Amino acid sequence: MATARAPRSLLDRGAPWRVCQVTGYQVFTPVQRLIVFNAVAAVLSLALGGVLALFIALTRWEAVSLLPPELYYRFTSTHGVVMLVFWIVFFEIAALLFGGTVLINAKLKGVRFAWTYTALMAVGAIVTTATTLSGHANNMFTAYPPLVNHPMFYVGIILFAVGALCGSCHFVYQVWSARREGVIAGPLPLVVYGLLTAAIIAIWTLLHGAVAYVPALFQALGWLELDPAVYRTLFWGFGHGAQQINLAAMVACWYALAALTTGARPVNEGLSRFAFVLYLVGINMGSMHHLLVDPGIGMHARIINTSYFMYAALLGSLIHAFSIPAALETAQRARGFTEGLFGWLRKAPWREPGFAALMVSFIGFGVIGGVSGVLMGTMQLNMLIHNTLFVVGHFHSTVVLGTTVAFMGLAYYVVPLVMKRDLAFLGLARWQPYVFGAGLLTLIGGLMLAGKLGASRRAWDASFSLAPLQVESLSSPWLSFANAVIGLGGVLAVIGGAMFVLIMVATVFFGRANERPAVGTLGVLAGREGPKSDVEIPEFDHHAKTFQAPGTTTLVFVFLVWFVVMFAWASINLARVGWGVG
Amino acid sequence: MSALSVPNTRYLERVGRDERVWLLFAIVWCLFLFVIMYVWQFFGSQRTPIESYRIEPSEFRTLTQEYVAGHQVGDVNGVPVTVPTEQGEAFLAARAFAFEPVLQLRRGESVRIYLSSYDYQHGMSIQPLNLNFQVLPGYVYVVNLTPTSTGEFGIVCNEYCGLGHHVMSGRIIVTD
Ligand code: HEM
Ligand SMILES: [Cu+2]
Ligand SMILES: [Cu+2]
Repeated sequence: MATARAPRSLLDRGAPWRVCQVTGYQVFTPVQRLIVFNAVAAVLSLALGGVLALFIALTRWEAVSLLPPELYYRFTSTHGVVMLVFWIVFFEIAALLFGGTVLINAKLKGVRFAWTYTALMAVGAIVTTATTLSGHANNMFTAYPPLVNHPMFYVGIILFAVGALCGSCHFVYQVWSARREGVIAGPLPLVVYGLLTAAIIAIWTLLHGAVAYVPALFQALGWLELDPAVYRTLFWGFGHGAQQINLAAMVACWYALAALTTGARPVNEGLSRFAFVLYLVGINMGSMHHLLVDPGIGMHARIINTSYFMYAALLGSLIHAFSIPAALETAQRARGFTEGLFGWLRKAPWREPGFAALMVSFIGFGVIGGVSGVLMGTMQLNMLIHNTLFVVGHFHSTVVLGTTVAFMGLAYYVVPLVMKRDLAFLGLARWQPYVFGAGLLTLIGGLMLAGKLGASRRAWDASFSLAPLQVESLSSPWLSFANAVIGLGGVLAVIGGAMFVLIMVATVFFGRANERPAVGTLGVLAGREGPKSDVEIPEFDHHAKTFQAPGTTTLVFVFLVWFVVMFAWASINLARVGWGVG
Repeated sequence: MSALSVPNTRYLERVGRDERVWLLFAIVWCLFLFVIMYVWQFFGSQRTPIESYRIEPSEFRTLTQEYVAGHQVGDVNGVPVTVPTEQGEAFLAARAFAFEPVLQLRRGESVRIYLSSYDYQHGMSIQPLNLNFQVLPGYVYVVNLTPTSTGEFGIVCNEYCGLGHHVMSGRIIVTD
């Protein structure tokens, strides 16, 4: 087992093994380049998507109204694809490569195979982006028949998806063979378990994707005609499942960030795993919350599917909602921050980039994204928001405020550790999650308000002022206000995103080499079996008669009250429509 | 020992007191959310429309045109205004880029709207009520409405349907 040397090149090709001086992990060095390549592809996608976000947000702001209609649709389409598909999935593949090797001290079997699917993804991403950016795929990935994109759009997406499918299978194979060869004895680390959940959902989902996108390609080539309702059902089997991947991967990131920034250990390994299993139970469900006001589906199908069979997946998330803060609280209390109910929270490392990202992501996802998602997924309430800008507000709080921020937080550790470089602009990194989060909160507030006021999703002009039949209620000053909030929040969010891109690019290409990169106040010490906390974190006492995490218990109940109040408010809104509907 | 490393082999912990209390409330809430959809669907006044049929877009066009020819009472900006049939039925067609015809309804009288598209997928969004329904070519969605307020209600499209998406509108007029 060779020890580490100073890196000679950008991506040290040296001896195949090194021991990480910070965490004690044994790192199989050929995997480093792969991780970095995927991470860089992800960051570049994010950068492009961010530039486009600036244009479209400033178009929605009527006072600026930057783009003409065609460019607005084109840029929105490209923004959606580049962000939701390329930024997210490239990062996920980087995370799977990391989790499937470093976190389990295993070598990567099939390095060339990994490069092959990485290349496939890169080619697919380039083809699709070029097609969309040149105006041949203004209908985004939700091109519902009979509307189609240019065939090259689908060719690119299919190449990319095949690559991602190989990557997910590769991860499962890695874990399986590490187990079989005794590299991991005993259970998987929880984070790897979460990633495994994500990978399994990914395999299932990408197969669905083939069932939707291959016929879509044939339709684009004029070979067949798809039934609109059948296609929507197939498409959302993929499109919704894809969001479950992001959910599982994000939660895995949360556990990782909690451990890295406070040394927290899971309070109940079994329960947390059970919560991940619940995500799997719901694997084929939920997709119909996109079809709740469609013709062609029966009542029971709608209700049972949209509820993930009685909210199994929601229960999983509610378990994580308890166990993440409880882990933080236990760790902080062990550090001596025992004052009152929330002393542990006040004294938390708020200036640590990973902790800031964890909090922004956890709170943003839970309080806004998750709650709004459940409201929207309630069959009758869906009538009030379907395809309005509220939906766009919702998923910018799940997949951006939630997943994207969590990924950014993880990148602040993984990239320096893998590249053995100091994180560039640490001072900027301390602020980045907050700036990005504040921008997004503003953006999301604007989008949700506009949606409540009736603004349509993906419409160049929210007030339809050029329509032959004018719609009076849409020329309200409140809607103009909401549009301005979207513009302002968008600008701030793009600044926050640019900070991240700058930090990453500077770290990867110009970062100072360091065997022991000082990743902020990383709360871990080197140890053979992976990171150890600098203080002994006690086991959560599961037999105690008193509450072990009183602060967390208080917080989750406050959250539940918020959830109930929002549900009641939405129901009142529905009743206040007054009109009989049925 | 953390989420990043291998746990104790005995990881199936007894669920602690904090967790038990939280789990109980969480499960109750999940079940409530599930049951409430059935309750609302059977006893509420705003139910999600379920009834729907397949139809050829060309046939739907013919039926709509027949309906318009028989029930037109005027026009706004060249768009025909119609009243429902004796049986309280009306047709509403979406096409790139308009909703036709304008429907003139009576307050308190239910109408059975046959909603479909001649061409692409569209979204029918009734403003300012903010009631939204998906419109698919090849399928008729039966939307029953009972207006309880009078005035002009705009309809806009909220499913992207091409470069004219943001000029696609229609109207419902409710009189006493
Ligand atoms: C940098 C911050 C961001 C800003 C300011 C922003 C802003 C916007 C705006 C203004 C729209 C147009 C909404 C519409 O017309 O319907 C939009 C659409 C969209 N955004 Fe973002 N966004 C950001 C980041 C992201 C990220 C990171 C993702 C995915 C991970 C994402 C996914 C999408 C998608 C999928 C759409 C298409 C919406 C639709 O179908 O209606 N965005 N975004
Ligand atoms: Cu979904
Ligand atoms: Cu439209």
